[in-house]
Amino acid sequence: MRPLITAIGLLLAWEALAWATGVPVYILPPPSRVAVVLVERFDLLMEQGVWTAAEMMLGLALGLILGATLAVVFAASAGWRRWALPLVIVSQAIPVIAIAPLLVLWLGYGMASKVAMAALVIFFPVVSTLYDGLRRTDPGWLDLAQTMDARPHAVLLQIRLPAALPAFASGARIAAAVAPIGAVIGEWVGASAGLGYLMTQSLARGQTPLAFAALFLLCLLGLALYHATDRVARRLVPWQSSQGE
Amino acid sequence: MTFVVASPSLSVRGARIAFGDRVVTADLTLEFPGGRTTCLLGRSGVGKTSLLRWLAGLLPGTERAQPIAYMAQRDLLLPWLDLLDNVLLGYRLRGDALARRAAEPRARRLLAEVGLGQRLGDRPEMLSAGMRQRAALARTLCEDRPVVLMDEPFAHLDAVTRLELQDLAARLLDGRTVILVTHDPLEALRIGHQLRVLSGAPFSVGPAIEPPGPVPRDPADPALLGLQGRLIAELRSTPGSTP
Repeated sequence: MRPLITAIGLLLAWEALAWATGVPVYILPPPSRVAVVLVERFDLLMEQGVWTAAEMMLGLALGLILGATLAVVFAASAGWRRWALPLVIVSQAIPVIAIAPLLVLWLGYGMASKVAMAALVIFFPVVSTLYDGLRRTDPGWLDLAQTMDARPHAVLLQIRLPAALPAFASGARIAAAVAPIGAVIGEWVGASAGLGYLMTQSLARGQTPLAFAALFLLCLLGLALYHATDRVARRLVPWQSSQGE
Repeated sequence: MTFVVASPSLSVRGARIAFGDRVVTADLTLEFPGGRTTCLLGRSGVGKTSLLRWLAGLLPGTERAQPIAYMAQRDLLLPWLDLLDNVLLGYRLRGDALARRAAEPRARRLLAEVGLGQRLGDRPEMLSAGMRQRAALARTLCEDRPVVLMDEPFAHLDAVTRLELQDLAARLLDGRTVILVTHDPLEALRIGHQLRVLSGAPFSVGPAIEPPGPVPRDPADPALLGLQGRLIAELRSTPGSTP
């Protein structure tokens, strides 16, 4: 409740500031104006929003699957760990923004380049959190499994992987939080649809209120994606959430 | 009750346990009689747990002589499995579906014997510490191995729960070769057919102490309390660990 009051307070201050200073609408539109645009252009905004949401969700799914697979491969095979893990870490030194034009060049202006972009941003937090979780299995469990003459893959699938699910869940939460970044960067660099595309287009035409409306919708999308992921993540580790409640 | 036919004795001949330069024990020769419970006593850090882990083949570069069941101080129940699946964990990890199906009735029976027959579908987080340790005991017994190694299995429990679990363990482990590490002299005297005191660095093992009478022994028995006094005096006379 309190954050809501803070937010309303900030919006009121913004509104007052805009009216008092008489700053032009194309520089800083007051919230009331953005709200009007939000209603008037609702169809356009929704159309573009659905597009961006699809990019975000596909990117998230792809990034989670790729990241989780690679983390499990690293945990299971010392060879892969030695040959590929340093590369994955070094790859994070490349700024994603720098690869965005390349992705557009290779995959086109459509959805594929944005999905790839989002997946690329998501991939690393997922690999690193899950791999970390897989490495930190309670040694007591591993000892127990050893005295039981467990098969190595059974230990991985039935002990190490479930034990790493809380770590994977935090990785997935981070992934959901950064997924919009990937999608929007992709749209800024080159796109024919989406909220990021709408923002660049409307700003270029001086339709700043529409850009703000798109930004607002983008925030809502990001929040929704985060909360949906959080709910699924909680369901993944019921033994943890029931301890926390 | 599970019957185990002729549990083997376990003998250690000329064993050496060391972590780098630190020698825990050298040239250790020790006999654990078959079908009986041997309690290893000693002060903290003397190397009781190292010996047990060595016997279990859990120290790097070691291999154990025969199949064992292992029970640690913590229950080590997997939080994402219900009790029945936790008790059957060994069968799950060996990937033998047939043996697992065959063992399920025994797992149910063991859980009933430790008083958890109504909680088969519960996850560990829903149980008290005592209940969890009882489930761990059922898991250990479900492995149905002739040799059972236990590392301070009841150390975390409150006094009364500990006594109850000692009674239960003594009853259910009857007939198996059990090696139980403890730092509680009374526990050793209650459930051990034979007691060995570890002392020194590197440690050596004192002569076998065999308290009279069947296990579990009555904690209020004056003879037992007398023995406990002597054991405590003996433990106190040995140097403690230097960290």
